[in-house]
Formats: sequence, structure tokens, C-alpha cells
Amino acid sequence: MITAAEQTRVDYLNESYGIKSWLLTKDHKRIGLLYLATITLFFFLGGAFATLIRVELLTPQGGLVSSETYNKLFTMHGVAMIFFFLIPSIPATLGNFFLPMMIGARDLAFPRINLLSWYLLVIGGLFALFAMLAGGVDTGWTFYTPYSTTYSNSWVIATAVGIFIAGFSSILTGLNFIVTVHRMRAPGMTWFRLPLFVWSNYATALIQVLGTPVLAVTIVLVFCERFFHIGIFDPALGGDPVLFQHLFWFYSHPAVYIMVLPAMGVISELVSVFSRKQVFGYHFVAFSSMAIAVLGFLVWGHHLFVSTQSVYAGMVFSFLSYFVAIPSAIKVFNWTATLYKGSISYATPMLYAFGFVGLFTIGGLTGLFVASLGIDVHVTDTYFVVAHFHYIMVGGTIMAYLGGLHYWWPKMTGRMYPELWARLSALVIFLGFNLTFFPQFILGYLGMPRRYHNYPPEFQVLHVLSTAGASVLAVGYLMPMIYFIWSLRYGKLAPANPWGASGLEWKTPSPPPLHNFDETPVVTQEAYDYSGVIGEEIEVG
Amino acid sequence: MSEHTEHQVDSALTYVLVFLGLIALTVITTAVAFVDLGPFSVVAALAIATCKMLLVALFFMHVRHSTRLTRLVMAGGLLWLAILIFLTLGDFMTRGVVGIPGR
Amino acid sequence: MASHSESLALREQFDTEAQQKEASTLGMWIFLITEVMFFGGMFLAYTVYRSWYPHVFAVASSSLNVYIGAANTVVLLCSSFTMVMAVRAAQLGKRNAIIWFLILTLVLGGVFLGVKAYEWNEKFVEHHVPGAGFHFEGVPQQGPAQIFFSLYFAMTGLHAMHMVVGVGLLIFLIVETRKGKYSASYMTPVDLIGLYWHFVDIIWIFLFPLLYLIDRHLKT
Repeated sequence: MITAAEQTRVDYLNESYGIKSWLLTKDHKRIGLLYLATITLFFFLGGAFATLIRVELLTPQGGLVSSETYNKLFTMHGVAMIFFFLIPSIPATLGNFFLPMMIGARDLAFPRINLLSWYLLVIGGLFALFAMLAGGVDTGWTFYTPYSTTYSNSWVIATAVGIFIAGFSSILTGLNFIVTVHRMRAPGMTWFRLPLFVWSNYATALIQVLGTPVLAVTIVLVFCERFFHIGIFDPALGGDPVLFQHLFWFYSHPAVYIMVLPAMGVISELVSVFSRKQVFGYHFVAFSSMAIAVLGFLVWGHHLFVSTQSVYAGMVFSFLSYFVAIPSAIKVFNWTATLYKGSISYATPMLYAFGFVGLFTIGGLTGLFVASLGIDVHVTDTYFVVAHFHYIMVGGTIMAYLGGLHYWWPKMTGRMYPELWARLSALVIFLGFNLTFFPQFILGYLGMPRRYHNYPPEFQVLHVLSTAGASVLAVGYLMPMIYFIWSLRYGKLAPANPWGASGLEWKTPSPPPLHNFDETPVVTQEAYDYSGVIGEEIEVG
Repeated sequence: MSEHTEHQVDSALTYVLVFLGLIALTVITTAVAFVDLGPFSVVAALAIATCKMLLVALFFMHVRHSTRLTRLVMAGGLLWLAILIFLTLGDFMTRGVVGIPGR
Repeated sequence: MASHSESLALREQFDTEAQQKEASTLGMWIFLITEVMFFGGMFLAYTVYRSWYPHVFAVASSSLNVYIGAANTVVLLCSSFTMVMAVRAAQLGKRNAIIWFLILTLVLGGVFLGVKAYEWNEKFVEHHVPGAGFHFEGVPQQGPAQIFFSLYFAMTGLHAMHMVVGVGLLIFLIVETRKGKYSASYMTPVDLIGLYWHFVDIIWIFLFPLLYLIDRHLKT
């Protein structure tokens, strides 16, 4: 029952009004929402490019756009989705909002740097947006040299500057999270009582801090090469284009772990709440996050298997790539074991969690396919790879992101979303996703190259299936947009703990007050302690 | 949980001695560069530079009084730099070994 | 709610000043290792190309004035000394000493940058600046020579940019110290900017031998 007193309660949303109170906020919760709005815009921008790509691929001869334009479409789809949606997504929205609350803190260690991080993302995004509107960039999101440095006539520098600036947004967020977790935990919140979502974001922050600067310096070198023709990546001048690839992938492989680790953190939370059970093997899951962060830095050469990288380096990177799959697998086993003899609820967040576990497993296993040198020679630069990473990024990360958004929506907004519509859209997304991307595994294996818009007619059926799936997926993504906004005004008012979940964030009202806790909590319980709450009803719908 | 380090004030003499050590190492590294040590020139230069770095870090940056976490952060940064350089060199230094063009 | 009235310097997200200082220090150290990785990419490029073109790199390196380079290294080491003395003065709460040592550091940093500008100008006059007008007489392979000088300018340029930022931070510190903002119990900004300054010095400690001292014994 929501009392009248609670309805007039001051929380972080209504304690101040006006645009300045948002644009100059130091509150991690408001900054999380600023990020939510920004990355949603970029998600739809990237989605628009994806739509054009899939429409173009309906017919073997293309015809909707020229080859040059098609190159720009897939480049800008990748740039928008990776740098301006996926990399910030979970850490900057859900992480910003909940990491301080989960550890019992009033805010992050450096609130003003947190706000700066958001502004950097916006400014970087504006540079990239300018490049897209002014004519686009056509190098692929991977910017391989010497095409990007010498031959491309598109807006390479503007895009690269945008990514450079957004990179600093990522670095500062990572720095903030690391210091916060080390120095701002409430009394009694030991490392091994931390929610696994915190562990995941901490491991992610380590990657952000250690990897992103290398991307930054690589962009500086591309800039110098493009402007001054210094020869550093140009074979005609004594340089090596593969050096660019080493530098680029040193960041961009760990970047995929920046994208997936926080998602895994969300899944740990969801699987636990909606089975009413401790996460099985908590320590294993926590250490696996750290292992993924470390090992993820040792495998980048698997993107260079066919590039004239030496055979011996290829073998080393292949072996290490198999090795890095192990901690991910450990997590999947532990989530599954958590479900065993749990009291399972099929609320929307749990549906997304189930979807994640299945789709991430497929994505991860196909990663092992491409990690094998022999198979990779056959499938590299084909749709097999495209399908592999979309299973992880979309079937994995985006599903977890949506699951987390639904799970924490009541806490962030004080409103419940409509459960029936939410379950329906989860189903639509799951079906649409698989129809879009499963055919791409087959396409790739049969030889359909990526980044081509003309293809032999025998591939058309699979492409049409994929495009049909993309239409369904688009509908699935639009539905939450609509009902989340609807819920802000018409959704049922949410209690403090609608799911009966453990965790400090659920001990505050929904939405929380400005400083999160009236008194700094003292932690005495282990994480995911459901022993005392068996039988409590979960509020659904 | 953490050692309080801000109450340790080093003597001015300590800093002067470290400074003189740094100058001496600079003179040495410059002089040694004019001696033919073959492939060990690079080793010598890097070894001396590393000593200078350690002097600056331990004394001027107070790492010798710092928390374990600070030292871990510093070591981690150096380790990651080493990963970047040595794992990449693992490619460059083994090219052409197999005798197949482009491998 | 914890009382925040003990000191104006305590920010509201922290419970104690000790916690704030530890957090700020950790934050600066993490920032410094991001800088290690940032410069690291260029050190990687240098390592690869020096291993590919050892002779060209040696000849190109010998066209740099080793005495000026060494002298500039000494200047920067002096500035690190004066910087740590400024931090020490802050730990002891000696306001005037802080200011004098910071000014000395600032002057020495300025000298370093001035000498660097002179060196670059020399390179410009000799047509050793990469780009359209590049020509290096010492070796037939212009491409690799240009790569050496590209790395020279990129690395010393990036280093110089960091020095300029450092100079700006020193000016900020001097102004704040004169206002009496720092004492033995609160000198965190002096401490942290000191860490940054020493880090920039460490980068130069590696740049000097790598750029100026390649096989000097070869040149008569």
C-alpha cells in the first residue's frame, strides 16, 4: 500500500527541478538516467543503419544503395552500436545508478568526474554524428590501415575524434568505479559480500582503464598518418599495417568483455532473485569475472589470424582464446546450478536471463569455432563471425541490459512496468533475434562474406529470413520504449522491494532519496541471503 | 585496511641524495652510449632508465611509504605495458620462421 | 547522517578526510597507469620499427644533439627534485617554501619546454620534420628515416603537451597556495600534482635514451 505520505516523499527525482538541476547534477542516479537517454538515442541510430543494411540485403544485386554507401552503412552501424551504445550501456546506466547503492555508499568517489564522463560521451557522440551527417565514414568500424589512413575519402578523422573523446568517458567511468569499490564500501561490506553485479562492474572497470588508452593512442597515430603521411602504417613508406591491427585489437578485444561482463553481472542478480536462491559458487563467479578481465587482454591476435601475423603467434593466441572461454563457461554452469531446486519465477527479467544464458552459450561456443586457426581461415570475414558476435552482443548483452532495466525499473522510477506486455516483448525479441541471426551462421559457413551487399542468388532465402527476423526484432525493441515511457505516468506505484530481493538497493524507497541511505548501513549478511525470506510473495504485474 | 602514510615526512637529505643519484645515472647512461656494447647497449640503457624510474617512483612519488594497493596499481600498469609490447613482439619476432611467404 | 562540518575540504560523498585522501590518491595512480598505456602504444611502435631498421634509427638518432638532450634531462630531474621539496614543504605546512619550490619547478619546466622548442626548430630547419618537405641525408631509405622522426616528434610532442598541462597545474597550485588553501592536514592537490609531474619526468627518463642514445658509438 502506498500511503499519502509516501506519495509526497522527496526523492532524487523531485528534490530539484529544471534543466540546470539535471545538466549540472552530481547525483549518480541522475547521471545514470542522462546516460540512459543518450545511449537509447544512439541505439536507435545504430538500429536505423541496421535496418537499411537488412533492407539492402533482401536482393542479391542490392540496388537500394551504392557500394560506397553500403560501406558507410555497416561502418556507422558498428561505430554507433559499439562505442556509443554497448560500451557505455550497462556500466554507465545501471552501474552508475546501483553500484554505489549496492555497496552502501552515498555516491561514487568522484561525482563531478562522473558528470564529466557523460559530457564526454555526448561530445564524442556529436563528433561522430557530424561525421555521419556530413557524408559518413566507410572504413568499417575497425578502421584498418592503409585504407583508413591513405585512401578513404570519407570523414575518418571526425569519427576517430568522436571515438577518442568517448574513450575518455569510458576511462573516467572505470577509474571512478575502481576507486569507489576500493574505498567507499559501507562497514561490514567485505569484498566477498559484494553483489556479483559489483564484481562484474569492477572487473569491467579494470579493462576500461587498461585498454582504452591504447585505442586512444592508436587514433592519434591514425590521425598523424592521415594528416602528415608519416608512414607508420603505410607499407610504401616502410610501415606495417599489421602494427595498426595489433594496437587496435589490443583494446578492441578486451572491449567485447567491457560489453559482456556487466551483462553477466546483471544475470547473476536476476538468476538469484528469481530462483530465491544464493548464486551457486559465488566465489567462482567472482573470480571468473577477474579471470575474464585478465585473460581477455591476452587473446587479441585471434583477430589477426589471416593478416600475416606469424604462425607461432597465431597458435599462442588460439590456445589462449580457448582458455578465456573457461571462466565464461564456469559462470554459465553456476547460473544453471543456481536454478536447481530454486523457486523459479517467470517474471520478465527472468525471461531475459533465460534468453541470455541460452544465446550467450551459442555465441560463446561459436567463438571457440573461430578461435580454431583452421576453421577461422574458412569462416573469417564471413557472416559466421557476424552471427557469432551478434549472439553475444545482442543475444547476450542487450538481453541482459533489458532484463536489468526491467528488474530495476521500479527502483529507478517508482513505477512498475506492465508485466504482460513486457513478457510479450521479451518473447518477440527472442524470436526476432534468432530469426535474424541464426540464418547468418549458415550463410557464413556457406561462404557469404561480411561487408558485401552483392551476393550470389543462392543466398537470398537466408538473407530474406534474416531481414524478416530483423523486422520482428525491431518491433520487439520498440515495445519496451513505449511501455516504459507509458509506465512513468500510468504504471502502478512500486514498493521498496517489489521482487523480495536481497541487496542494499532494495532497502531504500522506490525511487530512492537523494543520498540513498538516511544512515550508512552496516552489513552483517552475506550476499543473496534468501534463507530468511522463504515464502515472501513476489510482486509481479 | 590501509596504512596511513601521510605522516611520514622524508628528510631533505634523502631527496638530495636521490637527486644526485639520478644525475649520476644520467651521466653514466650518456657516457655508456658512446661505448660499443653491441646488443647490450639497449639492455644497459633500459636498465639504467629503469633504475632512474624506480628512484623517482620509490622516493619522489613516495611509493616506498605507500599502501599495498598503490604498489599493486603501479606494478599492474607496468605489467600491462609489458603484455602489450612482448605479446606483440611475439608476432614480429617469429615472422618468416616457417619459411612460408606471408607467415 | 555523518557530520560533514569538520572541514570545508571534505566532500559530502566521503565520511572522513582520510577516506577522501586515500580515494583521491588511488584515483591519481589509476590515471597515471592509463597514461602508461597511452604512451605505451607509441613505445610499442618504436620497439617494432627500431627492430626493423636498426641502422637507419641509429643514424637518425645521431642527428639529435645528445648534449642538449642530456642537459634537458638534467633540467627535468631538477624540476622533479624541486617538486618533491614543494610536497615536503606542504607536509610541513610551510607556505612560503611551497610557493618558492613550485615556482622553481615551474621555471625549470619552462626551460625544458624552451629547449625542446629550440630542438624542434633545428629539426625543422634541417628538413627532418615528417611530411611533404622531409629529407634526411644520412641514409638512402627515406621511409624508415621518416618513421624515426615521426616517432621522435609524436613522442616528444605528446610528452611536451603533458608538460604544458603540468605547467598549468603548477600555476593553479601557486595561486591556491598563496590563498592559504593548503596546510599540513590538507595538501592533497600538491601531493597529486606532484605525482603527475614525476610521472611525466619518468616518461622523459625513457625517451632520452631511446631517442638520443641509439648506438652513439657508431658516429665518429
